[in-house]
Amino acid sequence: MPAPREFRSQVEKERPYLVRYASLQLRDADAVQDAVQETLLAALAGEANFAGRSNLRTWLTGILKHKIADHFRRQAREAPLGDGDLREQPDPSAFDGSGHWTSGPTDWGGNPADLYREKKFLDQFTKCLADLSPNHANAFTLREIEGAGTGEICKVLNVTETNLWVILHRARMQLRRCLETHWFKKSTGKGS
Amino acid sequence: MLSCKDVTRLLSESMDRSLPLGKRVGVRFHLLICKFCARYERQLLLIRETVRRLVAAEDRPGESPGETLSAEARERIRKAFANP
Repeated sequence: MPAPREFRSQVEKERPYLVRYASLQLRDADAVQDAVQETLLAALAGEANFAGRSNLRTWLTGILKHKIADHFRRQAREAPLGDGDLREQPDPSAFDGSGHWTSGPTDWGGNPADLYREKKFLDQFTKCLADLSPNHANAFTLREIEGAGTGEICKVLNVTETNLWVILHRARMQLRRCLETHWFKKSTGKGS
Repeated sequence: MLSCKDVTRLLSESMDRSLPLGKRVGVRFHLLICKFCARYERQLLLIRETVRRLVAAEDRPGESPGETLSAEARERIRKAFANP
């Protein structure tokens, strides 16, 4: 086991990584700093639990995941889902009275499979995620970024599975539309 | 008959659980005849795939992200792209 001072500096070295990790999931810079700070403090206090048994980064990330889930839990408690969050259609104008598209999704063109390489896309994606209501964004984050199962997400957000499906549907629909409006129309310059 | 509105809801649901057979068949049939819903599905899957790759890229800064999808997910995406 490394000496305390050495452990502290090793943990501190992981801070930038933890900030990047948390930034993907929490859309608020203060929340990111808080979660990372709490993680580092918990790690230093719990050095004995680490005891070199796993990769330091993996261990810290595990603690950070709990801190992020705590943050989502708090947000869900402070702003429980209202009727508006569960109205099925996030964008009433997307479909006509008989449930057909009024104007369907446009062709995104090009070779969108390489999108993840574009730094600007990440920025736009984060902005679009931030436009969702916190519970919707948190549900999407847990499901798609964290890869959590629906049962686990229901516990964190304190919702039923049926409500979670509605929330994820709304989140995906809104996110898709936001990306179409702010990324694909600009980058491909073509619609249909 | 499922409407486009129903199908978009079920497509999202199918990304979180496996749909009952009847619904799955209904959705697949609709996708064969509806260009917009087929496109919607491709775009949802593209968003999922892109997010996973972004996360993988963040995990290993400076390295090019590897394959992060399960074989089943890859198969679904391959099928989705095979039926434009």
